Amino acid sequence: MEYVSPEGLRLDGRRPMEMRQIRAEIGAVSKADGSAVFEMGNTKVIAAVYGPRQVQNKSQQMNDQALVRCEYSMANFSTGDRMRKPKGDRRSTEISLVIRQTMEACILTHLMPHSQIDIFVQVLQADGGTRSACINAATLALADAGIPMRDLVTSCSAGYLNSTPLLDLNYVEDSAGGADVTLGILPKLDKVTLLQMDSKLPIDILENVMQLAIEGCKAVANYIREILLENTKQLEYRRGV
Amino acid sequence: MLHNKSFVKKTKAGRVMKQVREHYLRDDIFCGAPFCKVCDTSTARLSASPSTILVLDTNVVLHQIDLLENLAIDDVVVLSIVLEEVKNKNLSVYNRIRAICSNTKRNFFVFSNEYHRDTYIKEMSGETKNDRNDRAIRVATQWYQNHLGSGVKVLLITNDKENKRKANEEGIHAETVETYVKSLDQPDLLDLLVRPSEDVDMEEVEDLRPSKRKVIYIEHKPMSEITSGLHRGIYHQGKLRVNRYNPFEAYVGSESIGDEIIIYGRSNMNRAFDGDIVAVELLPQDQWQEEKSLSIACGDEDEDEDVHLAPNSADDAPRTIPQQGSSGEINAVSSRPSGRIVGIIKRNWHSYCGSLEPMPMPAGSGGIVHALFVSKDRRFPKIRIQTRQLENLLDKRIVVAVDSWDRQSRYPSGHYVRTIGEIGDRDTESEVVLIENDINSRPFSSQVLACLPPLPWSVSSEDLSNPIRQDLRNVRVFSVDPPGCKDIDDALHCSALPNGNFEVGVHIADVTNFVHPGSPLDDEASQRGTSVYLVERRIDMLPKPLTEDICSLRSDVERLAFSVIWEMTPEADFVSSRFTKSVIKSSAAMSYVEAQARMDDSRLMDPLTTDLRNMNSLAKKMRLRRIERGALTLASAEVKFQIDTETHDPLDIGMRHPTPTKEMLEPLLRTAAAIGLHLDVSTSKAMADSLDHAVGDDPYFNKLIRILATRCMSQAVYFCSGELSPPEYHHYGLAAPLYTHFTSPIRRYADVIVHRLLAASLGIVKLPPIFQDRGQLTGISDNLNYRHRNAQMAGRASVELHTLIYFRKRPTDTEARIVKIRSNGFFVFVPKYGIEGPVYLTTRSEKGGGEWYIDEQQQKIKKMDGSISYSILQSVQIHMEVVEPQPNRPKLQLSLI
Repeated sequence: MEYVSPEGLRLDGRRPMEMRQIRAEIGAVSKADGSAVFEMGNTKVIAAVYGPRQVQNKSQQMNDQALVRCEYSMANFSTGDRMRKPKGDRRSTEISLVIRQTMEACILTHLMPHSQIDIFVQVLQADGGTRSACINAATLALADAGIPMRDLVTSCSAGYLNSTPLLDLNYVEDSAGGADVTLGILPKLDKVTLLQMDSKLPIDILENVMQLAIEGCKAVANYIREILLENTKQLEYRRGV
Repeated sequence: MLHNKSFVKKTKAGRVMKQVREHYLRDDIFCGAPFCKVCDTSTARLSASPSTILVLDTNVVLHQIDLLENLAIDDVVVLSIVLEEVKNKNLSVYNRIRAICSNTKRNFFVFSNEYHRDTYIKEMSGETKNDRNDRAIRVATQWYQNHLGSGVKVLLITNDKENKRKANEEGIHAETVETYVKSLDQPDLLDLLVRPSEDVDMEEVEDLRPSKRKVIYIEHKPMSEITSGLHRGIYHQGKLRVNRYNPFEAYVGSESIGDEIIIYGRSNMNRAFDGDIVAVELLPQDQWQEEKSLSIACGDEDEDEDVHLAPNSADDAPRTIPQQGSSGEINAVSSRPSGRIVGIIKRNWHSYCGSLEPMPMPAGSGGIVHALFVSKDRRFPKIRIQTRQLENLLDKRIVVAVDSWDRQSRYPSGHYVRTIGEIGDRDTESEVVLIENDINSRPFSSQVLACLPPLPWSVSSEDLSNPIRQDLRNVRVFSVDPPGCKDIDDALHCSALPNGNFEVGVHIADVTNFVHPGSPLDDEASQRGTSVYLVERRIDMLPKPLTEDICSLRSDVERLAFSVIWEMTPEADFVSSRFTKSVIKSSAAMSYVEAQARMDDSRLMDPLTTDLRNMNSLAKKMRLRRIERGALTLASAEVKFQIDTETHDPLDIGMRHPTPTKEMLEPLLRTAAAIGLHLDVSTSKAMADSLDHAVGDDPYFNKLIRILATRCMSQAVYFCSGELSPPEYHHYGLAAPLYTHFTSPIRRYADVIVHRLLAASLGIVKLPPIFQDRGQLTGISDNLNYRHRNAQMAGRASVELHTLIYFRKRPTDTEARIVKIRSNGFFVFVPKYGIEGPVYLTTRSEKGGGEWYIDEQQQKIKKMDGSISYSILQSVQIHMEVVEPQPNRPKLQLSLI
């Protein structure tokens, strides 16, 4: 299968180094302390953050830091074939854990002892790269909730098909069976908080693919920063009135 | 960059699902014309000032690909929608048009109209997919015309009447292929055209001869019926293989019944070609044998067997069907199932080499003439073609492609592709051999040549100082090869150590130092797979500078090598072994004869000769040991001096030699039994022993038995170790559990792969990513097997060709051995020339032998009155002469004297 044509175009018309169109919106769930919708092409994710609040299960309470919990789920209608997704299956448990660990790395948990932060992410529409979209949405929601963080975490995937590194795989490219690197970074601190890969890649190619993913993450970070700035301006404006 | 979504419905595994895909439209797709002022011209492919730019419709690409490959057609824009449609309809045409597009000498430009902001169109309601695509092509053509202005004429070439009409309505220049080619005023091009079906219909109406209207073949079943038939088990699917020696007999290997189905006669073959994937229906059992006699009766071409080179393995040998009805026993009837073809699942049409059947010149020259094309390969039927240049083609070898085969015509119809040269000319016939065996003899492309190091090349100081490379220039290295060998890929050394042991080294040209994985050079080499040796020329796998200079371990020059160095005791036991990259300087490049002469000359005591003698004695000991272990010493008709270098490393690609099946050894055992010899074939060891004991009173007897044994074996094949279980890795002939060769990376791609693996396992370079992809590696090893086999076939065909040329002027009498008895004669093997062929005792017209009586059990043929009898392996005197029973198909005839 030809995922990159000799003319250098991917199946959906992007070039190898191009991301899908991204869009974000803050404040989709008014009841939550912070919320956001994040879209990467046809992948659409909603995130809601509650907290910091009282720990529900006292036995889990920690005296030196906050407890971060995360729940990932996929809406039944998120894929075309409307499959009933059992809650708590292995895949969502794993993604929940991945998101929790990634977010935990950037939240300044020691500032909020005896409390808990809940992050809920749900995939509304899945078209590849849901993990990355979830992390980006969660970052926005956390920022919206005003939770102190070291830096914004942003994430992007990159793959390697037809001997070409590809940025931001969609579902078709994702299911091609090639390597698929999901990367999460702290763009200001220049640190990696998440690195996952399916399949195998030689080490030097992995470096190229990872470099591409870092570029992608940085682009996402710039966009998120813009959105946050815009949102803050709005808040300021409202307060001023 | 605009952004847009397209909605596609798709059925997958029977379910209808709605799929949504993103579709990005761009403004950075350029027109490819170097004179364009708006676009970026760095990727432009069209010529600088074309008068006309052609835009092709899908049907033109699909049907007229031969025309497009002609250099006369140029300045073409290929739309991505067209490519997509072609890819879905016919992958081989797609690959060919892609090849044209990537050829830098042709001005073909791929325009991604589907991703361009201005040329992408949405499907309108009520519009079919086809109509939408046609409209997209017109929109793109229009865009080109507007974009480039009136200075250039943008011409849409389409054979679709409706599309052409609409284009004209919209003010687009549109023409059919025919009118365009006619306007070019090059009559030869017209022959390349595939006639559109409407034209054929019209001619068919004119042709009212009753014979033409008769339906000759039964209709192919529709695909849906075939699929359900395959499911229910009434049809069987398989690849059709036509008997090389009798085109009226074909086999379909069917997995569903676990046996081969025999198809007799053209009407049962029902328009299938060799290599097609077909659906077969079994005939009722009582018709199984009947069909056979019927097919001979109706066969209008003569179908005797030709004289060929003696086969070297079971794969080369003519297929024999046990109990060929000669005795008419009842059990013979039920032995093999026979069937008829009901449908063709996948065509394997390509182009064929041959010549036209001689015919009188029509009165008026220059008009269209129908001619019959006869393929050189007898497995293919005659092909009807139309030509305007009959007088030019009659005495030429030409290439013809097949277009269609309908029920009413006895022969398929096709079109002329190109001329190779004059019939009988040595170069032409060699070219035919190459084309028939699918061997790429084209010169290397400029991209490939660009991968070569600059010439003149010599070992650089970086190479010498590289820590992975050991400096072995002081070692006395020498090579032994056939005389005149220019591509010396291995050299040896053998020096005595102070402790009485020997250090033996084998140095292989370090080809992988120059051929890097993934480079165009590497792609080309893996495609070619092997060098091909014909009698008068060699077709290299790698370009000449590498083959004959940089990688050739010639004497007195420094060369890079990959070395294996063993320490051996004088009893040829291994003490240690190591592998390393190295720099060597060969001190002598000898021929076999030279080396032998040196060793035999007892006066010579120089160090080189001593090395040779030591080496020889070690080799002898090792060979003895291998024979003890059960390696077969087989023989083939040509005699070769071979130096064996074996490695037993468990590497990823290896060679396996499958154990011959009982069935394959059957003819050998029958022959042996007839002369009262018992062969134990249970293991290779047992077989080797019984072959050793098979000594008759005649000195040539043992060799002859070995030759017969060799051809029962199948060929050793390459395989990828991930694909098979370890017991199947076995190499039967060498009696080794694992075997790979790596001594000739210049001429075998398999060895290049082994070199890379070896280097990677030594930690010198890292493993290229391809080795982690089992599918791709299996693809490579399949291609290597195919190329290897084709190279051998071509080599044999070339020898056959030269044998024919040799005997054309000199009819010869010689001695021959009978190897197989048939009902009307016997097959003889001519040891002197290494050829094999039939000798007829009776003429073709008197069937069944008449006065001759055949004794199957004793493998004897006797005259009824008992005056003369011939038995197997008997020596006879024969006369060899070239005759030409059919025009343009000369053959060697053997007759008894």
